[in-house]
Order: sequence, then structure tokens, then C-alpha cells
Amino acid sequence: MELVLSILVGVLVAAAIYLMLARDLMRFLFGLILISNAANLAIFTSGRLTTGAPPLITPGSDFPAEGAANALPQALVLTAIVIGFGLFAFALTLTLKAYKRLGTLDTSEMRVAEPRDDA
Amino acid sequence: MAPSQDNASPQGASQAFAGWISVALASALFALFWQALGPIGAGEVLRFERPWVPSLGISLSFLIDGLSLTFALLITGIGALVMLYSTKYLAGHPHFARFFLFLTLFMMSMLGVVTSDNLLTLFVFWELTSITSYLLIGFSHSGADSRRSALQALLVTGAGGLALLAGIILLGWAAGTYELSEIRAQGDAIREHALYLPILILFLLGAFTKSAQMPFHFWLPNAMAAPTPVSAYLHSATMVKAGIYLMARMHPTLAETDVWLWTLTIAGASTAVFASFMAVRQTDLKQILAYTTLMALGTLTLFLAADVGYAITAAMTFLIVHSLYKAALFLIAGIIDHSTGTREIDRLGGLARAMPITTAAAALAALSMAGFPPFLGFIGKELKYAGALAVQSEPYLVAAAVLLANALMLVAAGLVAFRPFWRGTHSTPKTPHEAPWRMLAGPVILALLGALFGLNSDLIAVPLVEPGVKAISAGELKPAELKLWAGVNIPLILSGVTIALGVVLLFLHNPMRKILAGIEARMPWFDRGWDNLLDSFKTVASWQTRILQSGEMRRYVYTVFATLLIAVGGTLIYKGAWAGLPAIPDLEVKHWVVTLLIVAGTALVTVTNSRITAIAGLGAVGIGVALIFIIYGAPDVAITQLLVETLVVVLFAVAALRLPTLKPGDGFPNRKLDAVFATAIGAVVAAILITVTTGPIDLRLTAFFEQASWLEAYGRNVVNVILVDFRALDTFGEIAVVAVAGIAAWSLLKGQTSDPEPDGEDAK
Repeated sequence: MELVLSILVGVLVAAAIYLMLARDLMRFLFGLILISNAANLAIFTSGRLTTGAPPLITPGSDFPAEGAANALPQALVLTAIVIGFGLFAFALTLTLKAYKRLGTLDTSEMRVAEPRDDA
Repeated sequence: MAPSQDNASPQGASQAFAGWISVALASALFALFWQALGPIGAGEVLRFERPWVPSLGISLSFLIDGLSLTFALLITGIGALVMLYSTKYLAGHPHFARFFLFLTLFMMSMLGVVTSDNLLTLFVFWELTSITSYLLIGFSHSGADSRRSALQALLVTGAGGLALLAGIILLGWAAGTYELSEIRAQGDAIREHALYLPILILFLLGAFTKSAQMPFHFWLPNAMAAPTPVSAYLHSATMVKAGIYLMARMHPTLAETDVWLWTLTIAGASTAVFASFMAVRQTDLKQILAYTTLMALGTLTLFLAADVGYAITAAMTFLIVHSLYKAALFLIAGIIDHSTGTREIDRLGGLARAMPITTAAAALAALSMAGFPPFLGFIGKELKYAGALAVQSEPYLVAAAVLLANALMLVAAGLVAFRPFWRGTHSTPKTPHEAPWRMLAGPVILALLGALFGLNSDLIAVPLVEPGVKAISAGELKPAELKLWAGVNIPLILSGVTIALGVVLLFLHNPMRKILAGIEARMPWFDRGWDNLLDSFKTVASWQTRILQSGEMRRYVYTVFATLLIAVGGTLIYKGAWAGLPAIPDLEVKHWVVTLLIVAGTALVTVTNSRITAIAGLGAVGIGVALIFIIYGAPDVAITQLLVETLVVVLFAVAALRLPTLKPGDGFPNRKLDAVFATAIGAVVAAILITVTTGPIDLRLTAFFEQASWLEAYGRNVVNVILVDFRALDTFGEIAVVAVAGIAAWSLLKGQTSDPEPDGEDAK
């Protein structure tokens, strides 16, 4: 199953980059969400997959059951999901604000900080 | 140290204090170094050492021998006189205290340069002199000219300083130590080392820029933008001689090769001859003196090229002679400027009546400069001729260069020290008057010393020149004697020729100046070349900025991911890590369903032009990922994923109400290249992940967490324990990031004052 998930991550990344290369900021945000999902899946997959048993210690024993899922990538992914959400929320607000101020979502038209040097 | 604060009241008592304490410090240091005259004259070498950065082989080690003592006495002695002079020259200046702070800082840095025994310590002090020189040239910082000159000097000497640092590191590597006293003992090994040539070039770049040798000479005349005491002190007597000091100091280690001999001979001779012509072409007193300083630096370089006792003795003697008369003449130029309001020689004349003491001091200094007996300058000149005839390169050419330069020096001396005082009377902006004693003390003492040392040359020969020659030649060369009368010999005849030629040229000065001005107009102008160089830097910088910072977001995204493609994909191919595709495993139906759900969602987002469809697709991807987490034993992650995914969809839906609809095809048709690029990166990511998951895995960390979770942290959910216990600080950081993102989003939305309805979609 690692093979399938690896390819799936590749598909997600490809779609994400294609979307991030669009001029429309909304599509860029779609890409951002996809690439953050792809990253989480990549971390999760590289920790190897174990069907079923979560890394829990049942009362009475001192260690998780033999063959429990790898706890470390889970902890990392948990953090990454939340951070990814913070990033998305901030990017979305920026997009809203930019549209309000500039009246466009076309990134090639957003030149306040780096004006074109046509002059 | 002088207080660093300016005072509001220009004549404040604390200002005077700043001046006097600097004078006192310089005098005290002079007295301290004076104590060393006895032991050094007796052939001793004093050394002090304290560890500084022992791991890098850097120590605060200081060594005093004849060479460093000569410099130290010049630095502190002339320093004290120049500071005394400045207490009057700059009296009432709003930045009086700042001036003395810079000047004192410079004095200490320069002392550091000439006494350091550790090359890296020397470099630190070397750079400090460049910085204090920058501050002092730009002292009148309201003038664009001062600022430009200051920056030019800093950039030229700073670039040389970088070269020097590289040279020092190479030399330290080749010699295995940064201590000069140890490096000196390995001269032969260094000269045969494979790195000798790079080391030599880098050291000479440092020395030539600092001591303004051709073609790096142009910053020195511009540095005359500094107040006159600074020109006298830094840009004539001391700082510009740091390069000379370096070449003298490295003489036992780097000299005695053909490269050294010819590089220094050519640079020194061409600088000396060029500068002496340029000197007599000038009309501003300070400019004349600046070019004669260049001539002196060229001459010193020329003599350090050689490896014979006469030449080195000539260099040591001329070093002292020049510092004495040149500092005196600069200070006199300052007095003339101060008292008449102009430095143009064509507007000056007949000042002798109003300024008798200045006139006398100027005459004494100028006679030493022109090389008349019985002044020290005469002995210096005799030694120069003897040294020139003894060099191994081309004695006749060197002697001819020295003769020409000396004759022109006589002309320059006449222009600076006689013309303004005698020949006719001109009306000047201010009525000339004699200077106060504090300004006269320096020139008078320095000029008298030139005469005194000439009459009794043993005063400097035994304690300074002879130990200095020994230090420069590592004791191998025999110093020549300093004598006023050595019988009728070739140097004496050459001296006579010099004086005759000089006097003739002095009378022909006006036509000569016109011719020189004509030649100068047709020559490539280094100063303008410098401006062009800086302009071309700016052009390159803006071109590079246009390329790297195009303002096109697409280009930035391309740059980032192309880097990833090359770095990761390249490594994958280069390391040959790709092991091929493993067999497709036998999967349950639910696995295929989840996978297809995600692929379908992704495809939907990518191709649709409807925002609702896109959001639905994103939701499908998010739920699919959550399902994978559930299937593979990560319920906590799955719950978080579902929660976040729901929030994302909600936020998007709300935001979409205020955002425009998607344009079909994104407004530009040809996205084939984008698709190829994106697919390539997707493939590389998939390949790297397949390689990782088919390889071995190191589970030690996981094993530790599983072992310790209950027994040490008393938690049964291993993932939770990792997050809130073992990696609690990480989690805390994560909470902070989310909080900051929330605050930022909130403040952005709050800024929408024109928005009538309150904002509902706050990020948190």
C-alpha cells in the first residue's frame, strides 16, 4: 500500500503545483490545500503503514501491543495539519484583503510591492 | 578616551576636556614607547602575549622591535601634536568631541597594527584604521563630496583588507601559525610553498590599496576632504604607511624573490614619478601635499623591493624624514587656510610679514623635503641614491626615477613653503595673522626635529633605524650609516644634479603646469573610472534584481519548485538510489475506493471552473485523507483532519461570497508547460517516496517513545504523550504559530473599515 500512497502523493503534488502556477489567487489557494495534504500523507507513509492497531497502551500493560502503528509520524502529521490550517486561514484572509484593495485576483496584476519597470 | 557625546554648547568645558584628555593620552603613550628606546637600541625585542581565541590560534600578542617602535613613536608623537593643533583648529566645532573620539580611536587602532604579532589581530586593527579613516574623511558629512571620498576610501581599502584576510589565512595555513615571530623564521619554506604566489598577491593587494600605490592611488587625493589635521595625521604620516609597514614586516617572509622585487619596483617607481608630476600640476596646497605623499609612498615601496642594506636603510630613514616634514607642512597648510581663508597657491603671497613663525617652520620643513643639507632630508636623499644604485633590479632606472621624483619634490616644496610666504602680496578672503601657539607647536617641533636629526643623525640611527633595518631583514642585512658628509661620491653628485634640476623646474613651473594639465586632460582618469565601476555594479545589481525579483508570482513558484526538481531529482539520479517499482500489492476494495476518491477529488479541483465544484473536490480529498488515517491506525490524526477539513471548506465557502468567480482556463490558454513541469515534480516526489518506503527504516525513536510513554510519562496514548510531553515545546510553538496567524487574520479583516457588516469568518 505504500506504493499506492506514494504515487497518490505524487498526483496530489502535481495537481497542487499546476494550480499554484495559475494566475488566479483562488486556484493558488486550492493548490496550497492540496500540497499540504500531500505533505502530510508523505510523512505518514514514510513512517510505514500498519492496518488497524493505533499506538495505544491498554490498561495493565506497559507498552503498546506488538505491531501497533508508528506513533512518531502521527505526532508530526498532527502538528503539520494544524500549522497548515493556520497558513491557509492567513492566506485566505490576505486574498480577501487583496481583492478588496486591488479589485483583482490575477497575481500578474498585483504589482504594489514590485512595480513593472515598463517606464 | 574622549566622551562620545556632542555638547550643545560649542565652547563647553567638557569639549575642551575631550581635547585635552586625548592630547594627554597620546603624550602618555609616547612617553611609554620612549621607555622602550633603550632596550630596542640595545638589540632587544619586547613581546607580550595573552590568549584571545585559542581554538582559532588567535592571541593578543604584541611585539616591539625597531620597526614597530619607529611607527609607534611616530603615531603617538605626531598624534599628540596633531591633537594639540586640533584643539584650536576645530575649537567651537559642533562635533568637536566626536572628532577627538575618532582621532583617538584611530591612534589606538594604528598602534595595534604596528605592534600586533598575531596576523589575525593585526587584521582586526587594520580594518579598524580603515573604518576610523572613513569616519574622519567623512567628518564634514553634510557635504556630498566628503561622503563620496569617504566611501571611496573605505571601499578601496576595505576591498584590499579582504584580500589581505584571504592572504593571512593562506599564510597561516602554509606556516601552521599566525604568530609573525614564528612565521618569520620560516621564510625559505614559505617562499618555496605552492601557495607563495597567491599569498604574495593577496598581501600586496592589501598593502597597495592601503598605501595608495598605482593603480589604487586615486582615493588618497580625494581623502583630502577630511579636516587638515586628519590629512596630516592619517593620510600622510601614519595610516597610509600601514601598507608600507605590512610590506616591511613581511619582508623576511615574502621578499627576496623576483616577483616581489619587480612588482614593488614597478609599482613604487611608477607611483613615485606619476605622483610627483601630478603634485606640481596642482594649485591647492593640500592637493600638492597629497600627491607628494603618494610620491613618498611610492619611493618607500620602491626601496622595500630590494634586499640590500642601503635600500632598506634608505626606506627606514625616509619613512622618518617624510613623516616629520610632511606632517609639519600639512599643519602649515591648515594654518594658512585658517588664517587667510584660501589654499590656492595662486591667491597666496607675501605672508611672511604677518606670519613669521609659520614662515620659518615652513622653510625648515621644506628644506628637509627638498633635501638640502644639513637637514635629515638630505641624509635621506643621499641614502636613496646609494640605495637606488645598490638595488638588484635596474639600478640606473631606479636612480633616474628617484632623481626625477626628488627634483619635482623640490619644486613642490618651493610651491608649498616659499611661494605663499614671499613673492608679492595678494588679497585673501581673510586678513592673514599669525597662528596661536597650539597650532604652531606641531609644525615648529617637527620642522626643528628634521634639522636636529640631520645635524646629529645618531639620535635616530642607533635606537630606530638600525633596529628597524634588522627587523625588516630579519637581522641579515647590515644597516648603512647615516652621515651628512660621506665624501665626494656618486650620491653627492646626484644630489647636486637634483637641486640644479629642481631649481630650473621651479622657475619653469608655470609653463610646466600648463603642459601637465594638457596631458592630464587626455589621460584615462582613475577617479572617473571608479565612478564607472560603481555604476556598473549598480547596473548588474538592478539587472539581477529584475531577474530574481520579477514581481511575477508564477516565476517565484517556478523558481522554488525547479530548485526542488533539480536538487531532489538530481540527487536521486546522481546517487543511483532508484531501485525500480515494487510489485503492485494485493489490496482490499476499501483501499482502492479511498484512493480513487482522492484522485477524483484532485482531478475535479484541477479542471473545474466552478468554485462550488472545486470546494466539493477539496472536501473529497480531505475526507479521503482522513479515511487513510483511520484505516492505518491513526484515529487522532483522522479526527483532527476531519475537523480542519470541515473548517477549510466552511471558510472557503464564506470567502467565496466576496470573491469573484473563476475565469475559465485561468485567462491564458497555454498551460501545457505548466502541466509538464508539475507532472515532473509529482513524479520525482513519488519516486523519492517509493525509494524511501522500500528501503530500511530506523525505528529507534519510535521504540523509545513506546517504551517511555507509560513508564516515564504516565500516558497511554503514545501520540498524545509525544505531543504534550516529550515534544511539549514544539506543540507550544505550534499553538503560538496558529495564534499569530489568527491575530494577523483578525487584524487584516478588522482593517476593512469600509465594510458595513461585521466580519464573521475570523480564522480562529
